[in-house]
Amino acid sequence: MVDNNDRDALNALDSRLKNARDHVQDPLNQPGAEKAEKGGALGLAFRVSVEIVSAVAIGVGIGWLLDGWLETTPWLMVVFIVLGFAAGILNVYRLATGFGYAAGYTERDEQAGDKAGTDEGN
Amino acid sequence: MAAGQSPLAQFEIKPLIPMKLGEIDISFTNSSVFMVVTVVSISLFLIMGMRRAQLVPGRWQSMAELSYVFIANLVRDTVGTQGRPYFPFIFTIFMFVLVGNLWGMVPYSFTFTSHIVVTFTMAFVIFIGVTIIGIVKHKLHFLTFFMPPGVPIYMAPLLIPIEIISYLSRPISLSVRLFANMLAGHTLLKVFAGFVISLGIAAGWLPLVFIVALTGLEIVIAFLQAFVFAILTCLYLNDALHLH
Repeated sequence: MVDNNDRDALNALDSRLKNARDHVQDPLNQPGAEKAEKGGALGLAFRVSVEIVSAVAIGVGIGWLLDGWLETTPWLMVVFIVLGFAAGILNVYRLATGFGYAAGYTERDEQAGDKAGTDEGN
Repeated sequence: MAAGQSPLAQFEIKPLIPMKLGEIDISFTNSSVFMVVTVVSISLFLIMGMRRAQLVPGRWQSMAELSYVFIANLVRDTVGTQGRPYFPFIFTIFMFVLVGNLWGMVPYSFTFTSHIVVTFTMAFVIFIGVTIIGIVKHKLHFLTFFMPPGVPIYMAPLLIPIEIISYLSRPISLSVRLFANMLAGHTLLKVFAGFVISLGIAAGWLPLVFIVALTGLEIVIAFLQAFVFAILTCLYLNDALHLH
C-alpha cells in the first residue's frame, strides 16, 4: 500500500509537524484555555436558567393537561409547578455535580462524579 | 423606524414559493433556502474534500477529516463502542447546526437555527428516537430509569413525577439553548449596528468596535452551540443505551 512516494510525503509531513510544534505552544497549556472550554460563567448561568425554566414549563404543561382532563382546576397545576421546580433544581444539581450534562443519578455517574469531582463540575 | 430596521426583522419568515398541502402551509421560505444551502455546502465540503483522498492530507482534506474525527471521538468517549451505529446521525446533526449557524453569520443571510420551531423539531426527533431506542433495548426495564436505585420505596410517589418531568424537560432545554443563543446574539448585533448609524461619526465608532468583538464571540458561539447540541444528543443516547 505505502509506496516510496507516500513515505517521502509522510516524512516531509513529520518534519513539518515537528517544526510547527516547536514554534507553537500547546493551546491546552495556555492560561484561559480551560475557561474557554467551559464556555465561561455566562454560559453556565444561561444553562442553569434554561434547565429550571424548561422543567417548570413541563410541570405547568402536565398540570394544565391533567386539570383539564380530571376537572380539578387549579390544584394539579399548583402541585406540578412545585414538582417542576424540584425537577429543575435536580437538573441543575446534576449539571453542577461533576458529570456535566448527564441525567439520572446512577452508579456510573457517581463513579464519574468522583473522578470529575476535582475539576469543579462542568 | 422603518419596518426593515427593526432588530427582529431579520428573523421574519418570507415564503418564496407558496405551496399548500391540504390545509397545511408548506411554502418554500427563506428559511428553507438556507437549509438547502447548508446541506449543499456540507456535502460539497465533505465530498470535494475527500475526492482525491491522499495519505498525507492537504488543507481541505484535513478539515474534512478533522470534523469526522472530532465527532467520532465525541461519540466514542460519551457513548462507547455501542454508539457507533448512531455516528452518522450525530455527525449530521452537528454539521447541520454548525454550518447553519455559520451561514447565519454572513450579512443579509437567514439564521434558521434562531427559530424555535427548527431547533425544537430536531430536539423532539432526538428525544423520541432516544426513547424508542431505550424501550426497544431494555423493554419494560426502561421504566427503572425513572426510579433511581437505592431510593426508599416511600419516596417513589414524589420522585417518579420529578424524574419524569426532568426527562420531559430535555427536548425543551436542548432546543431553547440553541435557539435563544442564536436569537439573542443576532438581535444584539443588529441593535448595536443601529447605534452605529444613529450616533454617527462622533461616537459611532464605539458600538462599531463592540460589533467587531461581538462578531468574533458569535462565531465562537456558533461552534460551541453545535458542539453542545451534539454532546447532549450523545449523552441522552448513552442514557438510553446503558440506563443505570
